[in-house]
Amino acid sequence: VGHAVLAINGTEVNGRFTADGKDVLEFLGNPANYPVSIRFGRHRLSSNEKLMLASMFHSLFAIGSQLSPEIGSSGIEMLETDTFKLHCFQTLTGIKFVVLADPRQAGIDSLLRKIYEIYSDFALKNPFYSLEMPIRCELFDQNLKLALEVAEKAGPFGPGS
Amino acid sequence: MSRPSGRKQENHKISRELFVLTYGALVAQLCKDYEKDEDVNNCLERMGYGIGVRLIDDFLARSAVKKCRSYSETADMIAQVAFKMYLGVTPSVNCSSAAGNEFSLILDKNPLVDFVEELPAERASLCYCNLLCGVIRGALEMVHLAAEVTFLQDRLKGDAVTEIGITFLRKAEDRKHKR
Repeated sequence: VGHAVLAINGTEVNGRFTADGKDVLEFLGNPANYPVSIRFGRHRLSSNEKLMLASMFHSLFAIGSQLSPEIGSSGIEMLETDTFKLHCFQTLTGIKFVVLADPRQAGIDSLLRKIYEIYSDFALKNPFYSLEMPIRCELFDQNLKLALEVAEKAGPFGPGS
Repeated sequence: MSRPSGRKQENHKISRELFVLTYGALVAQLCKDYEKDEDVNNCLERMGYGIGVRLIDDFLARSAVKKCRSYSETADMIAQVAFKMYLGVTPSVNCSSAAGNEFSLILDKNPLVDFVEELPAERASLCYCNLLCGVIRGALEMVHLAAEVTFLQDRLKGDAVTEIGITFLRKAEDRKHKR
């Protein structure tokens, strides 16, 4: 159901082979290797898939703000499901920051604003970053990771609890 | 290691002299590269534009201002918040057209020209601070406001004051609200 083997005994799996070259099915078929721990999960999205989903969301966002009975609607701010919440923050310049989080996670609003700051610092102020291209800036990634860690640690009640 | 929570505490002060010298070096180099004043002006404006399209997000992220609802609010925002934030000065704003889309910012003090008295004779039509015009134009464009920004008066050219004119052109996003 969309899930695949991600790791066996801690070693990552790529397709049919593990990171150290073993054939997965062969390995699992040999009782001598039991007990074995297998990690299943959804595949990580490739960059292309992410771009596709993002542009789909962008269209939904635009349609959402047009459909809204309120005039001058800001567009989709939150999408809530059983398993996750999608938060979206659109800047006045039209950039959308999207965060997917656990439904109980609080403090996403301030996380979104923090990400805006990080973007305006480490992406925009990098002269070698071209606007609208994927961000491949080391400092951006590092600071983003830090911000995410802070938000995660804060838990269901927001930072400072 | 914990980072300070507010952006305001992260002001790494760089000397104003270094900034002024850097800007001066930029203009001097452009004057060497281009013979015509017009070319230098255009180049400065283009550079400013490149700065403006990036600076706007820094401005919005740091100042957390709400969307401006009129050209007049926008002009005030530029003069009172943006200029203050980046150059430490607050120009005064005048609306110079009945249609409400032409404004001028009168700069009392301009840090960029603190050490420049007047333009040399052979560079009489140089807009020394044209970078600023580009910055404003680029920043406005990223929030979907097309504008023309030029120097209407310049103390360096012998005028009484330094005046930047902002003319807002047709707003692009009005279509959405027509029902």
